[in-house]
Order: sequence, then structure tokens, then C-alpha cells
Amino acid sequence: MTMHTLSVLVENKPGVLARVSGLFSRRGFNIDSLAVGETENPDVSRITIVVNAESSPLEQVTKQLNKLVNVLKIVELDPQVSVARELLLVKVRADRSARSQVLETVNLFRARVVDVAPDTLTIEATGTPDKLDALLRDLESYGIKEMVQSGLVAIGRGSRSITAGPALRAA
Amino acid sequence: MTRPTPETLAHTARRARAAADPSVDVDPAAARSAATPTVPAVRPSTSAQVSGAGSLVRSLEALGVDVVFGIPGGAILPAYDPLYDSTVRHILVRHEQGAGHAATGYAQATGKVGVCMATSGPGATNLVTPIADAYMDSVAMVAITGQVARPSIGTDAFQEADIQGITLPITKHNFLVQSPEEIPRVLAEAFHLASSGRPGPVLVDIPKDVLQAPTTFAWPPTLDLPGYRPTLHPHGKQIREAARLMAAARRPVLYVGGGVLKAGATDGLRRLAELTGIPVVTTLMALGAFPDSHQQHLGMPGMHGTVAAVYGLQKADLIVALGARFDDRVTGKLDSFAPDATVVHADIDPAEIGKNRHVDVPIVGDAKHVIDELIAAVTVERSAGRTTDLGDWWTQLDDLRNRYPLGYDEPADGTLSPQYVIKRLGEIVGPDAIFVAGVGQHQMWASQFISYEKPYTWLNSGGLGTMGYAVPAAMGAKVGKPDTVVWAVDGDGCFQMTNQELATCALEGIPVKIAVINNGNLGMVRQWQTLFYNERYSNTDLGTHKHRIPDFVKLAEALGCIGLRCENAADVDKTIAAAMEINDAPVVIDFVVGKDAMVWPMVAAGTSNDEIMFARGVRPTFDEDDI
Repeated sequence: MTMHTLSVLVENKPGVLARVSGLFSRRGFNIDSLAVGETENPDVSRITIVVNAESSPLEQVTKQLNKLVNVLKIVELDPQVSVARELLLVKVRADRSARSQVLETVNLFRARVVDVAPDTLTIEATGTPDKLDALLRDLESYGIKEMVQSGLVAIGRGSRSITAGPALRAA
Repeated sequence: MTRPTPETLAHTARRARAAADPSVDVDPAAARSAATPTVPAVRPSTSAQVSGAGSLVRSLEALGVDVVFGIPGGAILPAYDPLYDSTVRHILVRHEQGAGHAATGYAQATGKVGVCMATSGPGATNLVTPIADAYMDSVAMVAITGQVARPSIGTDAFQEADIQGITLPITKHNFLVQSPEEIPRVLAEAFHLASSGRPGPVLVDIPKDVLQAPTTFAWPPTLDLPGYRPTLHPHGKQIREAARLMAAARRPVLYVGGGVLKAGATDGLRRLAELTGIPVVTTLMALGAFPDSHQQHLGMPGMHGTVAAVYGLQKADLIVALGARFDDRVTGKLDSFAPDATVVHADIDPAEIGKNRHVDVPIVGDAKHVIDELIAAVTVERSAGRTTDLGDWWTQLDDLRNRYPLGYDEPADGTLSPQYVIKRLGEIVGPDAIFVAGVGQHQMWASQFISYEKPYTWLNSGGLGTMGYAVPAAMGAKVGKPDTVVWAVDGDGCFQMTNQELATCALEGIPVKIAVINNGNLGMVRQWQTLFYNERYSNTDLGTHKHRIPDFVKLAEALGCIGLRCENAADVDKTIAAAMEINDAPVVIDFVVGKDAMVWPMVAAGTSNDEIMFARGVRPTFDEDDI
């Protein structure tokens, strides 16, 4: 099994996310991560889906996704030639004795502190899933009170745009 | 439609009042061509102030709809007011499931889009089974449902059900209409989606306040479907590769599925088959696409297919699949299906290609275009002298056909043989009639023992296997083809699920004929209990023999039909003849048949096609050295 990152361009209409996510569960796929947002074209949304699957069933689910009337285009992003990021917000136990060490970790990972309380720090970090995992491993020793992570978003490197296809001009 | 009733007369009067366009008889092949976009240029551009409901009905008229099957109720009620004056005929069914299957039967028989209508909540959920059925069998259907008013959506209002959510996995697409202005566009999109590409059901859910709101009806609308681009024309390189393989194969088979019927490609199929001399198998969904009597027809493949068709596929070195989907009932255990075959798979739906079976030459396209282009490419191969002699292959297949023809044993207990009844029905009624089956033993026997010579003469529930399909689907077929004799071959179990639509048939002047193959049991389930559950007949005896409850003759009469009964072989012909004489009312024949007859041949579920049984305990012998 391999991780695959799919960028799915869809019409920005009610219920489209349910169609896409429902299709994955119906065909027996677990979505590892999912992120949705608008694109440069307000009529078009972009769903980034990370899924763990063999390539042959993935091809089947991609074909089924393509059949959804509201799906405009699907591109699998090759990790070698794309940039992928997640956002993490984490509330770490950090009383006076631990605070400086926590801040050191924050700096090491080029993360930021976004909220301070007497016994906790809330940290914001962006990066690849690997980097965020490493940060969390480091912070675990202080005690993580709460955390929230976004789905992965990803974009291809270089000047080419996946939204430039003829399909989207029709939209 | 010869028995006038108050309802039909009233309808006729309304039709006359409504200054209808003369209804155009659509050529089935043209209607079926998936290449034809369905946004009609029926009427010139029009624009008028109407309610949302008025806009809906005018859209249906503009789309050329001649009949809608449905039941009114609270949320859809606004639509029924303009419908009262419309040129569109509404047939009031007795259960929404009947409306859905009738729309399917209509669509399957005519090639046009079948339309059903229901109210919100239970009305809509009663459509779920026929919608799922139409989805599995790729039937062009549009279901229109009322929804609670927009402000009530999501409040668990009276008769609220999220039918859009419920039908997401069983529709090609569905719509919740948000404003009355959208209605003409959404309807036009729904009809286009339902009937183009790989056909399928489309649901349009319309809140009651949208139906009531004032709006402007403007026609024709502009379709806005940027993500929908079915591929109709196959890739030339793939076609040439397929033709090259066809010219070189020593044991080729054309594996024909329902897509060939949907595409109106049956004439081309026959040309292709006769040009190449390649054996043909037609799936349950494709019966009639190639004449059963044709010398090159091996029969139906699959669980209850002929030995020749099953072995033909199993031993093939080349399978050319045309509009078929390698369903589990055809392949048996997938790992061992046709192990030596190179596979050319042509389908309009790219997701079908390689879904189950690895494909060597994928071809995405409409079966009509694929077949026409294959004929041209094969002709090129042949004119270059590239052909193979299929004589040895045919010798083997003919040997199998001769040794293992479809047949049956007369029941030892002297009861009436269901196979005999069905065989005689086919012979007496002839190849011009439409046969509609339910699901179970009678369906398999109807597929085996009636000879289908013409396309669109066999309707059944193939993919979903919906018991209760036959009566309402036959009703829909008869409405679509009023001059054709329509026979439902139903089981006593199936018949008890949907026979209430016979009341609709009686009142609306829809003289269908129903042959109930009454073995007193859920026969196919009983067959499995006989074979796989040590003859422990748990909950399969319906009591229709033991107690004669219900009495199907009395039931038929109570529903306004003619009821006949036949209990022995000597009466079969004359009972069928008597039913054929009746053209002004629906007829039900209760054929009381033995309960122990079984469907053979059989590939048990989950086993390899190599393990096909010709009859109980009888494995066909097959000389492996021949291959």
C-alpha cells in the first residue's frame, strides 16, 4: 500500500463533498486526510485527498470519481514534483520550568507560539506530515493537552497549473 | 388500450383540450443512440409567467415526455395541478415502486427516458428500489420527487426524507432544486444525463415552495454540465489493435452485454459476427441483441448459462467484450475465469474497464461506434489476407452444443413442468412479443427456454435482482408499446410483491398478460436449500399451493383482470391461446407447477466456471486435448 495524493477539482456546489467522500467509503477506501477550499475560480473548489491504496484499486476509485458529474478534473500529485503542507495547532503543557525548552523546540521547527497561558503554550506549525510528526514527538514529553491538524494541501512545482485544462475553461 | 374507462376517457378529453403536439413516434435505434444529445429543439423559444410547478410540467412537455407514472401527495401536490391540463399522460399507480419499475419498463421497451413521480418522504423512499434497479441495469430514468418546503428542510418535518442523500449511491446524478428559475435547466440536464453516455437514473427533488413560487418559464435552457463529457468515439489505435487480435485469434468469443442494446448497435453486431465468424454469447441483459436462433449464438454465459457459452468464454484465447461488465454471475470465481484469454473490453464507461478483469486492449466508446469501427478495421485485416480458420474451434463448440443442449426432465411426481410452460409460451406467443420476467427460477427459465430473436423483447432485473419487477415493468412496456403483446413471466413470490399494479392496468386500459409460474415456493432460494443446505426448507414455502392463499384467479378478478388457471400439460396451449384472445383487459394465468424443478446448468456461487454442472451430479466432460 502506498500513500497517494489526489487533487480533485469540483464544481463549487452544495453536496459535492458528500458525493466525493461517500464514493470513497462506498468503494471501501479510507481517506487519510482531506482538505477543501476555493480556488482562483470561485465556481471551482479543490479537494485534496490523501489515500492509502494499491495502484489498481486507486485507478478504479479515480475512474469512479471522474464519473461524478460535479467533478471537473483529477490529478494525482507526485510527491517528487509537488509541495505538500499541513497545518498543526497544538496546546502544550509549559509551566515556568519547561517553557524555555518548549520555546527552543518551537524555534528549531520554525513554528510559532500563537497563544500563551500560565501553564500552556499554543503552537502553530506548518510543514510536511513528517516534519509535524517529528515536532509532535518532541513536544509529547512535555504533555500535549489538545491538538488539531488540517488536511494536507498540495500543489505541483513549476509554472504549469492543473486548472489550466480545457475542462475548466468550459466551467 | 381498448377498454375505455372513465379515467382514460377523461384523460383523452384533457389531451384534446390541451392542443397537443402530435406525438412523434421515435425510432428506437435513434432514441437509443447515446450520441444524440437529448436537449430537444421541440419547440421554439418560449417564455411565460408560471408557477414552479407550471414550469416543471411545461419542461416535461418540451422534453417530449408522453407519460409519467406516479402518485400525488402533499409536497408534490402543486405539480399535479398543471399536470391535470397537460398533454403529458399521468398514470396513477398503486405504489411508488410500481411507478419506478414502470418507468424502467417503458424506457427499456422504447429507448426513451422513463419518468416517475412521487411525493416527499415515504413516496420518495418507495422509489429507492426501482432507482437502485435502474442504476444497476443502466436504465434511462428520471424520478421527480416533491420535498418539504425550503424553510422546513432539515427540521424532521412531516414527510421529510433526505432523498438526495439517500439516492447518492444509486443515481447517476441527482438534484435538489433550490429555486424555481432552475427548473427548466435542471430537467433538461436530468434528461440529458439519464439518456446519454452510460444511461442511468437521475433524481430531481423539488421543494414544495419552489413548486408554488412564481417564475418565468423559458425554453430551451442552456445546460451547465462542465464535468460531464462521455466518450462516444473509440480510439482508432485501440480499434486497430482489437481487429488485429480478432484476425489472429484461434478461439475468439464476442461477449455481448446490455450496452449493445442501449447503443442501438444490434444490426452492427450481427454484421461484425457474420463478417468474422466469431461465436457470440449474450448476457442476461443482452438477450435479443443477437438472434437466439443464429448459428453463431452459443447462448447466455454465466451461472445458469449454456455449457457451450460458459466453456466458450472459459477456453477462449480472445474475449471481445462489447458493453458488458464481467459481472460475477458471468465470470464465476474471477481468478479462474478465462485464464488463457486476451481481453478486448469496449465500454462507454471507463470505470468498467479493468474493474473486475485485467484488460489487454481497453476501448472507451459507445458500442455502436465501436462496432462500426471494428467492422471497418476487421475488413482491412481480412482484405490483407489476415484471418484464421475457426473450424476447429467451431467443431469443439458444436460438439458441446450437441452434447449439452438446454433441456429439462419432466417432474417425476407428475406435476406440471415450469420449463414446459415457459417453452410453450415462447413458442405460441412468438418473437414479436415483449417478455418481462421477475427474479428467480422463472426468470432463468424464461431466459433459457424462450427464443429471443429481436432486440428489446426481453426485460428483466439483471443487476439488482429485484423481485416484483415484472408486473409494473410489463405495465410500463405496454404503455410504451401499446401495439405489442407484453407478457410478464412472474413467480408466485415475485407476483405477491407488486401485483397491485394490475388494478392500475385494469383501470388505465393497459392489457398486459401475466404468466404466474406458481410453484408455491420461493423457488430459487429453495433450489439453493436443496443443493447447499441439506434440503432444509427454511421459510421458502409460501403456502400458495398448500392453502391456495392467495387464490391468484380470484385475486386477478378482484383487481379487474381476467384470471385463468392451468394445472396440467394438456391445458397449457389452450390456456395460453385463451389469454392471447383477450385484448381488452389484463389477463393472469396461474400456472400451478411442480416445486422440485431446478435451473440447470449451474455454476455454484463462488466456484469456477470450470465446475459448471449440467444437471444435478452431472459434470460435462470436456476433452482438454482438443484445446
